[in-house]
Amino acid sequence: MTAHSQWPLYEVFIRARSGLEHKHVGSIHAADDRMAIEHARDTYTRRQEGVSIWVVRSSQITASDPAEAGALFEPAKDKVYRHPTFYEIPDEVKNL
Amino acid sequence: MTSGSAVLIEASSDIKRRYALQLGDTSLILAQRLGEWIGHAPALEEDLALANIGLDLIGQSRYLLSYAAELEGRGRDEDDLAFLRDPADFANLTLVEEPNLDFGHTIVRQFLFDAWQLELFERLQYSCDPRFAELAAKALKETLYHARFSTGWLVRLGDGTEESHRRMQGSLDALWKLTHELCAPSDTDRAAAACGLAPDLATLRGSWNARVERVLNEATLRRPVDVAYHWHGKRFQHGEHLSRLLAEMQIMQRSYPGSQW
Repeated sequence: MTAHSQWPLYEVFIRARSGLEHKHVGSIHAADDRMAIEHARDTYTRRQEGVSIWVVRSSQITASDPAEAGALFEPAKDKVYRHPTFYEIPDEVKNL
Repeated sequence: MTSGSAVLIEASSDIKRRYALQLGDTSLILAQRLGEWIGHAPALEEDLALANIGLDLIGQSRYLLSYAAELEGRGRDEDDLAFLRDPADFANLTLVEEPNLDFGHTIVRQFLFDAWQLELFERLQYSCDPRFAELAAKALKETLYHARFSTGWLVRLGDGTEESHRRMQGSLDALWKLTHELCAPSDTDRAAAACGLAPDLATLRGSWNARVERVLNEATLRRPVDVAYHWHGKRFQHGEHLSRLLAEMQIMQRSYPGSQW
């Protein structure tokens, strides 16, 4: 599959239903944006998984460095007061 | 003694049956051809795309062959028609039995077919028979996607590298002789058009040509010249390709009649 390995990688995001957010579902290879949408459609929406597709070149994504995980995420660990567990939630509020 | 109107109803039911077979066989044979790509396509994503198109065509074929079997009224079902008929009883277009050869060849065949199916289903939606109208309305959406796929690849490879262009032109030249049949009415097409069941194929030719020429232009491919000799799959005249295809498709049911998954 030489042609395949030359095609850039795209990350695929699918919106399952109107009103929901797009969720990352996986990745595909494609030669360009148009083909990426088609490949995402054929690979990830065969079983009615979605009503909308986003694709983005994987190379366009900036990711956090795992080596910096300590500096980035550790400080949040001891700040339990940031969790909304100290509030009384009224029964009428369903989707918090 | 049979009354006049009973004869008329019987005749129209036979036209429906023959027309359903013609369309159903065409979708079935192309689906089988596309299925041959599974596990062999140039990329995993194309493998899925071709299989998806094949499955859409199987869906069309099941609907049409079930209807044909029902109209026939001899207790046969869609599976009997698909798996237990001989090549000489198939009424598919010759174009769809053409072997896959390579991916480009498959794309050219698919594009020429999709362009035709689009024109057909757009009109068949208004069939006087609700069964055909329903099928066309549903299948049209599938076909729009098939055409998007095959058009995209035709342009990409036609207007691609020197080699891809040369090979696409070669496939187009080789397949073109089989396209005359798409819009050339068989006796069944004529009878179906006469009673409002199906569109007059002559009305399709102009728009099919326009659609195809537009895309060929974009793909920098030359429209081949029409040839005088015509193929007649719809009249049950087939070459050896169909026999081989059916041998592979039917062997399980022929060897183990009635076997099920």
